[in-house]
Amino acid sequence: MDAMLNNTTPAHIHIQNIKDKQYSSYELIQSTLQHLHDQDEQINAYINILDDYALARAKKLDEQISAGSDLPLAGVPIAVKDMLALKNYPTTAGSKTLENFSPTYNSSVVSKLEAAGAIIIGKTSCDEFAMGSSNEHAFTGPVHNPWDIERVPGGSSGGSAATVAARGVAWSIGTDTGGSIRQPASFNGIYGMKPTYGRVSRFGVVAFASSLEQVGPMAHNVYDLSLLMHVIAGHDSKDSTTLNVDVPRYHESLDSDIAALKIAIPKNIFDGIDDVMKEKIQSAIDVFRKHGAKITENVAIDSWKSALPAYYLIAPSEASANLSRYDGFRYGLAKLDESDLWQRLEDTRGSGFGREVKRRILLGTYALSAGYYDAYYNKALKLRTLIKADFDQVFKQFDVIMTPTTPSPAFKIGERLQDPLEMYMSDFYTIPINIAGNPAISIPCGFIDNLPVGLQIIGKHLDEQQLLQLAAFYESETEWNEMAPQF
Amino acid sequence: MSLSEKDIEYVAKLARISIDKKDLNDFADDLSVCLDYFALINEIDTSNVSPTSQSNNLMNVMREDEIKDNMQIDEVLSNAPEHIDGFIKIPKVMD
Repeated sequence: MDAMLNNTTPAHIHIQNIKDKQYSSYELIQSTLQHLHDQDEQINAYINILDDYALARAKKLDEQISAGSDLPLAGVPIAVKDMLALKNYPTTAGSKTLENFSPTYNSSVVSKLEAAGAIIIGKTSCDEFAMGSSNEHAFTGPVHNPWDIERVPGGSSGGSAATVAARGVAWSIGTDTGGSIRQPASFNGIYGMKPTYGRVSRFGVVAFASSLEQVGPMAHNVYDLSLLMHVIAGHDSKDSTTLNVDVPRYHESLDSDIAALKIAIPKNIFDGIDDVMKEKIQSAIDVFRKHGAKITENVAIDSWKSALPAYYLIAPSEASANLSRYDGFRYGLAKLDESDLWQRLEDTRGSGFGREVKRRILLGTYALSAGYYDAYYNKALKLRTLIKADFDQVFKQFDVIMTPTTPSPAFKIGERLQDPLEMYMSDFYTIPINIAGNPAISIPCGFIDNLPVGLQIIGKHLDEQQLLQLAAFYESETEWNEMAPQF
Repeated sequence: MSLSEKDIEYVAKLARISIDKKDLNDFADDLSVCLDYFALINEIDTSNVSPTSQSNNLMNVMREDEIKDNMQIDEVLSNAPEHIDGFIKIPKVMD
């Protein structure tokens, strides 16, 4: 196989090469598909690989390119988390409930990708309805971490992260409700960014917790990540929570002045994690220090520890309402053999939802039920006010906050399934950011026992540009992102 | 805070999800562990704090009420498990 026709090559290089007629989009897609099928026997990153669809698109794009069309992402493959609707193709959200569901319209992000000339090569696995931190909760079985196939890839965007780590594709789309882009990015040694709430349209994304989730880019290099962010961001009249503000051309201004940078490290942020992990994160921060950034440690963010309980009250509450739509009447799984209306409803939901989804719907329903609403749900919304105020305060004095992305590297498959609270704890560092609505990025910053570790950089509201600049700087100073597992 | 199997049955009824009897105990344990941990939020005084339901503070986003192209009925019904004469068919609601 032509060495160029693999996805260790960044997507933006493929775009240029296809434009320069070094090879066709069809050839690249063919070679990528072959690669993906081989890899997926071990990784299981995809719920559906879209061979015919992708090849037909490639053929058409090659014709358009020959005719002089100049689309920004013309002819390159991308993997999309199976939470985003792709018209007339299965969109399952990792759930048996939607196993046979094919939406009749595209999500806005899919429309933008296609309009830019990208080719959706497959729909990646995720925890059912994006509820999970390990990608063990998809109806198609667990996804395996390409760095060690006995370990989880993280979740819920585990498939999107694993396929980029294995260089099956150069980039992918994930969704992040409490860390679901950043945590798997960290576990797989790639970049992943959760944009500011309202920066990217959620139209056509299977709903889990609407006030928290964002669609975001994942990639093995910062330029691709920035280009992809530019393509997917922007106001959408179909999602009234999107912000009507200009979208920068992120990829065109990745230089930064590190000497002027003010970085906050939260107080007690390393409590309870291993010394090795702490040391990896500190040496990553030292790279910024060495270039003149002003680092302030022990910055108080008192509300941080209340974010995890607040999240696990708000997100399940919203989920219990959002998932009430799966009734077996309009679309999705239906237990048609039951003729009583209520019994059909209960049996449909009881057999279609997996254990973690049931757990969260029960938790959310409980938190919203009479007598508990004020003590749990409303209390959590008040905590959100405090958490947001704390972040606003810190960003009056600092440009960014740095933390580990996760408390540990990837854990073993099965290890935390019986202990939901311990599983939830793996999102300790990422969850507060969804509650506050700020953007945050995870960047690869080293290895512990051959397992990747990520540094999280949290930015000001709508300042994705700075996060990408800092990621680009760190990328130029280190080589962590160039390391890939053997596949 | 400890939840009983009966509590789980009650919440499952509210959520309209059938749960196997053999799983009730596990769900009760899982939720109890979570709620015990969540108790830490009671230590934080929020008496003068108003709730925030989403982070970007957009309110009442309005648009012109214009007719736009929409999905055809065939498309809308293409995923319905049962439909008849352009309507979704469900079991009878009233006797």
